[in-house]
Amino acid sequence: MAAHNILNIKIALIGNPNTGKTSVFNHLTGLNQQVGNYPGITVERKTGSCKLPNGTKGTVMDLPGTYSLNASSMDENVVIELLLNKNDKDYPDVAVVVTDVENLKRNLLLFTQIKDLELPTILVINMSDRMEKKGIALDIPYLEKLLKTRIALVSSRKGTGIDTIKELIVNYGALPTEPCLNASGIDNEYFNGLRNAFPNQLLYKLWLVITQDVNFGQLERKEIERNSSFAKSKAELKRMQQKETIKRYQFINDVLKTGQTIDNAKANDIRAKLDRVLTHKVFGYVIFLGILMLIFQSIFSWSSIPMDFIDESFAALASYTDTHLPPGKLTDLISQGIIPGIGGVVIFIPQIAFLFLFISILEESGYMSRVVFLMDKIMKRFGLSGKSVVPLISGTACAIPAIMSARNIENWRERLITILVTPFTTCSARLPVYTILISLIIPEKMVLGIFNLQGLTLMLLYLLGFGGALLSAWILNKILKLKHKSFFVAEMPNYKLPLFKNVGLNVLEKTKAFVAGAGKIILALSVIIWFLGSHGPGEAFSNATKIVSHQPENKTLPENELNDKITAYQLENSYIGIMGKSIEPVIRPLGYDWKIGVAIVSSFAAREVFVGTLATIYNIGSSGEDEATIKQRMDNEVDPITGKKIFNFATGASLLLFYAFAMQCISTLAITKKETNSWKWPMIQLIGMSGFAYVVSLITYQFLK
Amino acid sequence: MKTTLAALKKGQKAIITDLNIDAVPLKLLEMGCLPGNTVELLQVAPMGDPIYINVNESHVAIRLETAREIDVEFIPNSL
Repeated sequence: MAAHNILNIKIALIGNPNTGKTSVFNHLTGLNQQVGNYPGITVERKTGSCKLPNGTKGTVMDLPGTYSLNASSMDENVVIELLLNKNDKDYPDVAVVVTDVENLKRNLLLFTQIKDLELPTILVINMSDRMEKKGIALDIPYLEKLLKTRIALVSSRKGTGIDTIKELIVNYGALPTEPCLNASGIDNEYFNGLRNAFPNQLLYKLWLVITQDVNFGQLERKEIERNSSFAKSKAELKRMQQKETIKRYQFINDVLKTGQTIDNAKANDIRAKLDRVLTHKVFGYVIFLGILMLIFQSIFSWSSIPMDFIDESFAALASYTDTHLPPGKLTDLISQGIIPGIGGVVIFIPQIAFLFLFISILEESGYMSRVVFLMDKIMKRFGLSGKSVVPLISGTACAIPAIMSARNIENWRERLITILVTPFTTCSARLPVYTILISLIIPEKMVLGIFNLQGLTLMLLYLLGFGGALLSAWILNKILKLKHKSFFVAEMPNYKLPLFKNVGLNVLEKTKAFVAGAGKIILALSVIIWFLGSHGPGEAFSNATKIVSHQPENKTLPENELNDKITAYQLENSYIGIMGKSIEPVIRPLGYDWKIGVAIVSSFAAREVFVGTLATIYNIGSSGEDEATIKQRMDNEVDPITGKKIFNFATGASLLLFYAFAMQCISTLAITKKETNSWKWPMIQLIGMSGFAYVVSLITYQFLK
Repeated sequence: MKTTLAALKKGQKAIITDLNIDAVPLKLLEMGCLPGNTVELLQVAPMGDPIYINVNESHVAIRLETAREIDVEFIPNSL
């Protein structure tokens, strides 16, 4: 067959934020989605496959939401770079622009820009189920004629109109590709010159290259500016962009004057009423605090049931494989390395799922924007923006998507400070460490009748995280000598009932990405640590049995105690024991022994490795009692010199604080490097946070011991 | 009466007459904050800043320092 017969249509889904673009994407692709993630963990560009009429297949790309093709953030750059580079392997055959019927005027601005790229374009008018309630009527044939496109009236909430989109996609060859207005009319002389100098290029594309700071493959800005008559100052360019925007709105207003009628009597909605309560100077904060409490309650209280179950199941599974598989190195690797390692990842799932569930509901409903509005003035005092609230709250799930969500902060200085301090917030990777340490050192009792003391401690650690973030933001705000104009533009979307499907898919996808990303690291490290712990150099390791049993004080010991001594001796002389011993002088003042030292070193890759590492070390180091959970093993650890418990209150408190403040996440450092485009800032994070953690833990231990 | 957007009271409407192009972000212009358009002040945040406006059917929050760069003319009796 002929090669030009396209069997797989590439579709780009484009639209303003809050237009239900992702809902449309979910309808088109169902569960056939792939999430392209950053090397670390999280989402950048989503693609999905879509079944079209007549057996045709489509690949849908859900591009980040953008207000226009004038990029002001990295997310928006993704859209422009793709749409301007015809040689990109993802360059779409057809563009689908999603708009919200209640914000049609504003949403059409982006549409007119996409049309200027002379790409087959479909206009989706979403949320059509609200038209009647809002008194909106549309003249579709008229709009199609003036906007030079085909329109699909869709309700992603009700699932209607999706087939119309698919029909239009299959027949994309019939879509008009000419622009719907002549934007170059704002400066005819300039644009005519441009057209004559680059006759083979699309005029609007040239204009975008001149005004944007992004890479467009072969067409470079320098090349255009070599011809000095096209070089303009930033202020001049912005003035022209303003003219362009006005011109586009004039066109849109004219089109909508006839194409859209709104019955204003019906336009009143519950937005104003809800805003009055949710942004109220007292109730607003009370409600916000209540929601935060609910989130934390769910994290440590509701998710503890499935977590205990997972913990015990994995302990049982490990002992089952140990007793039922033929003894040998492979069995040891499975029961002591791999199973505890996987258990350390799986145990996260309930907490992560709860966190992403709440965050996704808050964003979907439109409430998050009200929090941004409510908090801006307070956050500004710390050198942050109201929009920093979103990263700081999302940071309780994972710092990586949180740092990426700082992208919509317009002011570079506020954005940088947000990125730098977000890792202080208590991410879910710290939770297993906190959970296990708290259960070891804080008694399980009630205070004042209703508060669980362990729960309160966890709450305190969360507050400490936020406190650390705010304090360091305040310090950075004093130190950083960055001058930047204070820009803050936050859209306040209409309130919506979150769609179960959207929230569910979001939780599923984020949890999956997290478990897969963190899982690989944890699994690999567990295996490495198991290997280093069960092998060692020289005589001391290989002849441990002989050496220990020949020591005079051990001659009279019963057999099982002797075996314990042998395994302990072996562990101390293994590779990992030698490594741990060598760093012991540095961590001894904080109250840690060399085993904890190994766990800390290995958790520099990712914090959650801490528990898994200790599990592996203690597993190797114990000869009997297979059924014990990680917690029991830790509780049983005794200092061989003093005879006291290793995880006593002073050591536990010092460890908790160390994990609260130290920067122990390679993925976060990598994302900070990526977002700030410099190694300077992640290094400041690493040294600043870890140094602070060391000092705080040192003081705590020395004071409490 | 001529003044800036920062002087608007809650519920009051005005028409944008001019704006300082260097101090107003392009994104706000793209949302329809342009000369000739009507703007209404919907809410003021608890500590007086930022403000929450409806301009050109865009509902958006901006800081007072930006609002001061936008000249408006009150629509009489709009309160």
